[in-house]
Amino acid sequence: MVPLSYYLVLGGILFACGVTGFLIKRNIITIFMSIELMLNGVNLSFVAFAAQWGKLSGQIFVFFVMVVAAAEAAVGLAIIISVYRTRETLNVDQVNLLKL
Amino acid sequence: MTPSLHLWLVPVLPLIGAAINGLLGKRFSRLAVAAIALTFCGAAFAMALWVALRFSSLPVPLTDYVAPWIRAGNFQADFAFYLDQLSLVMMLVVTGVGFLIHVYAVGYMWEEGGFYRFFSYLNLFMFFMLTLVLASNYLLMFIGWEGVGLASYLLIGFWFTKDSAAAAGKKAFIVNRIGDFGFLIALFLLIKHFGSLNFAEVFQKIAPMNAETAGAGLLTAIGLLMMVGAAGKSAQLPLYVWLPDAMEGPTPVSALIHAATMVTAGVYMVARSHVIFDRAPTALTVVAIVGTLTALFAATIGICQTDIKKVLAYSTISQLGYMFLACGVAAYSAGIFHLMTHAFFKGLLFLAAGSVIHAIGGEQDMRKMGGLRDHIPATYWTMTAATFAIAGFPPFAGFFSKDEILWRAYASPHGSWVYWLIGVITAFLTSFYMFRLWFLTFFGEYRGDAAGTQTHGSIHAVGGQAGVSVPHEHGHGGIHESPKIMLVPLAILAFLSVFGGWIGSHRFEMFLAPVFGEATRLVAAAPEQAGQITGMEHLEWMFTAISVAAAALGLYLAWLLYQSRPQLPQKIAEALGGFYHAVANKYYVDELYAILFVRPVVDGSTRILWQAVDQGVIDDTLNDSADAARSVSDSVRHMQSGNLRSYAGWVALGAAGVIAYMVWRGVR
Repeated sequence: MVPLSYYLVLGGILFACGVTGFLIKRNIITIFMSIELMLNGVNLSFVAFAAQWGKLSGQIFVFFVMVVAAAEAAVGLAIIISVYRTRETLNVDQVNLLKL
Repeated sequence: MTPSLHLWLVPVLPLIGAAINGLLGKRFSRLAVAAIALTFCGAAFAMALWVALRFSSLPVPLTDYVAPWIRAGNFQADFAFYLDQLSLVMMLVVTGVGFLIHVYAVGYMWEEGGFYRFFSYLNLFMFFMLTLVLASNYLLMFIGWEGVGLASYLLIGFWFTKDSAAAAGKKAFIVNRIGDFGFLIALFLLIKHFGSLNFAEVFQKIAPMNAETAGAGLLTAIGLLMMVGAAGKSAQLPLYVWLPDAMEGPTPVSALIHAATMVTAGVYMVARSHVIFDRAPTALTVVAIVGTLTALFAATIGICQTDIKKVLAYSTISQLGYMFLACGVAAYSAGIFHLMTHAFFKGLLFLAAGSVIHAIGGEQDMRKMGGLRDHIPATYWTMTAATFAIAGFPPFAGFFSKDEILWRAYASPHGSWVYWLIGVITAFLTSFYMFRLWFLTFFGEYRGDAAGTQTHGSIHAVGGQAGVSVPHEHGHGGIHESPKIMLVPLAILAFLSVFGGWIGSHRFEMFLAPVFGEATRLVAAAPEQAGQITGMEHLEWMFTAISVAAAALGLYLAWLLYQSRPQLPQKIAEALGGFYHAVANKYYVDELYAILFVRPVVDGSTRILWQAVDQGVIDDTLNDSADAARSVSDSVRHMQSGNLRSYAGWVALGAAGVIAYMVWRGVR
């Protein structure tokens, strides 16, 4: 059996990739995908713990996360489309009207 | 139980008049305003007369209870009015003289702006003054006491666009506050030690107490503090300074408030509290000394004044000094008697002076008058009556009351020949400066420029700023007699000034005996003096002769200096040099007070309270904290860059921080 720590390290790596992508990328869609990556990293550690301890609650939580992520993807993509229509760019550095 | 007297109507009637004129008067015609003011004031007078006529059948002293006011624990102060011989006399003087002056004022103020305002204030004053004299407890009396101060302030500053008038109003109000402070402390002491402010209750509790012969005690303290209040209201040393300035007000105001009624409130208060003063000989002595010194001091200043109203103002202070002298030797009825006759002749003097001022177009400087006898005969004759009355010539009113005071100043057990001597000197000075005024105004050549050319504009220009000037209905080519509506009150007051004293001080004393009876008994109880009084009748006649001689000497000297040889005063003034200047400048008392009290307060307020405390502490605390918040925000707001990734970076950094902290804690 693959030890728990392997899953956790993989989950951590996935999360770190997501964070890094979120911070350095400028394209809003890439950023969006980085968020998904972070969510999946977390999901992985959830299911790993669930399998380890033989509890269902971790897996149920993952379903919730996936549902919310799906809803988020729908809303987020809609926002991205409308941002592109008004600003004609997907570069987040240029979407800064709220700046002081 | 007699049917209710409705005594409360006496003060409330003028209040209604004041309310109607004050609230609605702007839309009324002058005639309507005058009618309303006179009706309500006259109604109060009629009511007072009605009470006076029924007086002998009333069970005095009676209390007319109106409504509860303050009830806290055992302490109780209600709206209730108190009628006894003393308040009856005061009520009649206030309503009677007040009504006459109201009538006069209709004529005098007819062309002034703010006509309705003037009569509203005047009626308001009547309300407060009547509350003061009719109150059945010290607290209600204090309401009246403060109220007349308010009315006085409003009326002195009636021509409020004139700086000097506004300043004089403030001065009167502020100086009075000092006196009120003393009065209030006296009231607190009464509450603390006797648990009540009702006259009947307090006096009943004090009655069994013995006189505080050896120096100070509770009653002495109360008496002295009351005297502080009286000195403020009645313009005695050292708080007299507001009264001469109060002459900035219209002349009827000077007559009513600053001569006949309000300024006598202090005398009334001392007389009303005689139960306290009788048992505090030290306080009585202070009252007598203050009164005597004020009488002399003010009389000397009066000699050198050139403004006709200022002379009368100092004369008022001086005569009030006589009243306090009388109270100070426990001759309260003599003081009240002088209060009454003084209300007649001093009211008349002011009204006549107003008539003179009116006649020559607003000039108040006596050096620019003269020879007016033929131009304004009615004013001349009434003023003559008043002048002889105040100088103390028999059989005029002032003679009886002043003579009684001088006699008592010597003969009373509390008296002394020093009081008498200063009193006689003052009587001489009084006679001198009053006849000086009389000669300067009515005799010799006319020295002004009102004849022919000057129109009536100047007197009304001042008031005209506050309202609309209305053209006068009769011609103002030159010196002219006042209209009938002004002359009739003059005539009535002249009648009273001549015959008002014929009541006789003895009969007056008998009438007031139920009020002051105890005082008389206490006085008579002093054994070594009692026998002496009976054997002094020939001495009394001699004293009378001396005081009349003093008055005659004053008349002669005034005639000599201002009629016979008018160049002499100038030479005397030059010979006296510095002393003359000191007197002419009112002994520099105003300047002294300015240095001692006014400047420190003004400077302290400016430098410490305003610049240091208000600007330095209060404002700066606020400004500095606002500045600090601003600069902190300024530096922090750059975090809000609008750059999405920088926000995310902060979030990640924060999360990393939290996790690091938890890991670190977890390890421990």
